[in-house]
Amino acid sequence: MDKVTNWGLYPTVEAEVFQSSDYKELSEFVATQDHIIPRGNGRCYGDSSLQKKICSTLSLNKFLHFDTERGILKCESGVLLSEVLEVIVPKGFFLPVTPGTKFVTMGGAVASNIHGKNHHIEGALSLYVTGLDILTETGEIIHCSRSSNADLFVNTIGGMGLTGIILSVSLQLKKIASSYIRQKSIKAKNIHALLDYFESYNDWTYSVAWIDCLSKGDQLGRSILMVGEHAELDELKPSEAGDPLMVHKKNQINVPFTLPSFSLNKYSIKAFNFLYYNKQFKKMADTVIHYNPFFYPLDVLDNWNRIYGKNGFVQYQFVIPFKNGKEGLVKILEKIAEAGAGSFLAVLKTMGEGDRFSAPISFPTSGYTLALDFKANKKTFELLSVLDEMVIDFGGRIYLTKDARMDKKVFEKTYHDPFTHGEKFSSIQSNRLCI
Amino acid sequence: MKTVLLLGSNSDVGQACAATFAKNGADIILASRTAADFQSRLAADIAIRYDVKTETVSFDALAYDSHQSFYDDLPTKPDVVISVFGILGDQDLATKDFAEAQKIIDTNFTGQVSILNIVANDMEAKGAGTIICVSSVAGERGRKSNYFYGAAKAALTAFLSGLRARLAMSNVQAITVIPGFINTKMIQGLETPKLLTATSQQVANGIWKAYRKKKNTVYVLPIWRWIMLIIKSIPEFIFKKMNL
Repeated sequence: MDKVTNWGLYPTVEAEVFQSSDYKELSEFVATQDHIIPRGNGRCYGDSSLQKKICSTLSLNKFLHFDTERGILKCESGVLLSEVLEVIVPKGFFLPVTPGTKFVTMGGAVASNIHGKNHHIEGALSLYVTGLDILTETGEIIHCSRSSNADLFVNTIGGMGLTGIILSVSLQLKKIASSYIRQKSIKAKNIHALLDYFESYNDWTYSVAWIDCLSKGDQLGRSILMVGEHAELDELKPSEAGDPLMVHKKNQINVPFTLPSFSLNKYSIKAFNFLYYNKQFKKMADTVIHYNPFFYPLDVLDNWNRIYGKNGFVQYQFVIPFKNGKEGLVKILEKIAEAGAGSFLAVLKTMGEGDRFSAPISFPTSGYTLALDFKANKKTFELLSVLDEMVIDFGGRIYLTKDARMDKKVFEKTYHDPFTHGEKFSSIQSNRLCI
Repeated sequence: MKTVLLLGSNSDVGQACAATFAKNGADIILASRTAADFQSRLAADIAIRYDVKTETVSFDALAYDSHQSFYDDLPTKPDVVISVFGILGDQDLATKDFAEAQKIIDTNFTGQVSILNIVANDMEAKGAGTIICVSSVAGERGRKSNYFYGAAKAALTAFLSGLRARLAMSNVQAITVIPGFINTKMIQGLETPKLLTATSQQVANGIWKAYRKKKNTVYVLPIWRWIMLIIKSIPEFIFKKMNL
């Protein structure tokens, strides 16, 4: 038995973890189990991949095929996005969709139907998955795509691992001229200014805003909006143009131990947010930066999750439709600022329409999506229950991959479409929410 | 270095060696008796990650008669041969059943002699090449707990030492690698002291370094050289009473 916990360090379970690179062994294991859940690199925040019996995909770490003409990559589900980047970037390709960390597995990315800073323009990962091999509950390996076994295919993308164990993923990549991003950052003095900027910069491929959740009144929602495009060769500095398809460096700074849980408090977060907001003097700044700091600013800090202390933290990410956006965000930000339960990271993005190639429990749908971190404690859980009600009222929903505590009633009121899958694959989360 | 032939590529050390040499630009021929499906995935993975050519071939260490044609039929003749196949076997069973003893000796020793001699002849004729073979600390003194395995490895170490001397004249390097404990499938379940246990990747790195520096015999963890020196110098009347 191992103690297993995901990125938020909350909750922790005692679990038996099975891992193999041999398909036959995996299939025999699955066929003989009652309840299991697949798990990749443990970068979901809560309990989506926790269960008494876990099947780890980390030994499924092989690249299987790379068609550099058409830009289609096939690899096993335990391959990390960071490894994918190392292979595809030098060949002039990029991930069509990427989350805020490159340390997730391909299988986890598919099961979460990840979205990125480009969702409002380019949609979720579901639009780029061209095929999957899935180990289903009978122990059978089924290949599926939009044209064959389409139900299984669609239910697996964003299906939170409840349809089976993804063995391999085929993905349509995106062509790039350089591994750099032309970035523009714009300071917004409050939430109203920010939402206006989101609208006027809506045609940029990538956009994201960091919000200071502790400012109140006129400054409520004080933030920096960052928008970006893949840089063309003629936009690079001479020092970058020598190696325009440079891959990220592997240097990491480690947070060597779990900080005492009082280190992050209202004052230290306030100081951080103050520094972050004021590090840019000008209202607007244009730069060309490498994809690594643009997409993965926190990846340089190994184990940054330890800064919240040993009790861990929860991330809360919801989306609310544009029509209720301004009102909803203002009310929710007011509630958070009032509670003073400061969030170290608050990230706001816009999302475009959902699609019909992902499971009914897949998260992305049109609207504003806000993600916040909170220390896991009673006060936080009380605040989040209040926020849940507001999200329901504004017609929104909560991202399962980040969740560790949502109530079944909240889930039922926010995810409406029926989702059918077998009994064998289940997580603590799916049991809690009766999915 | 252009092409590396890996004998025993399904082992953890074999996989780590394949990746390490490919990372340094070598094309890899993966030779293994079992796991054809896994071998072809491994071959694809190495080719894609490191942008090199890979092939898989089937190799049975105990099918001595097939070794010459196995070597002749290789798609490319290797510049480097890394031989890591072997079995620990069942010591207790070997004391009762000669078949087990023979399997331990044949896999760890006779099979190696058969294939490495063929490789040596080819490299000697060409006047170039490197043969790297993994032996064991178990071969330095026969111990109660695994002397069938140890005896086979002792013979292998002696064979490699002679082979090295023979090939020295022909610009062919033979390297003996002594890993100590390795954290692999082979010793799964065995509790070994952390300080004395190498990872497969450490062994692969050691092998790469030995290849680059044209070493003769390398201990992956240098501490083992001293441990074995001590073990070898224990007087027999004490050693035979020890539970090693």
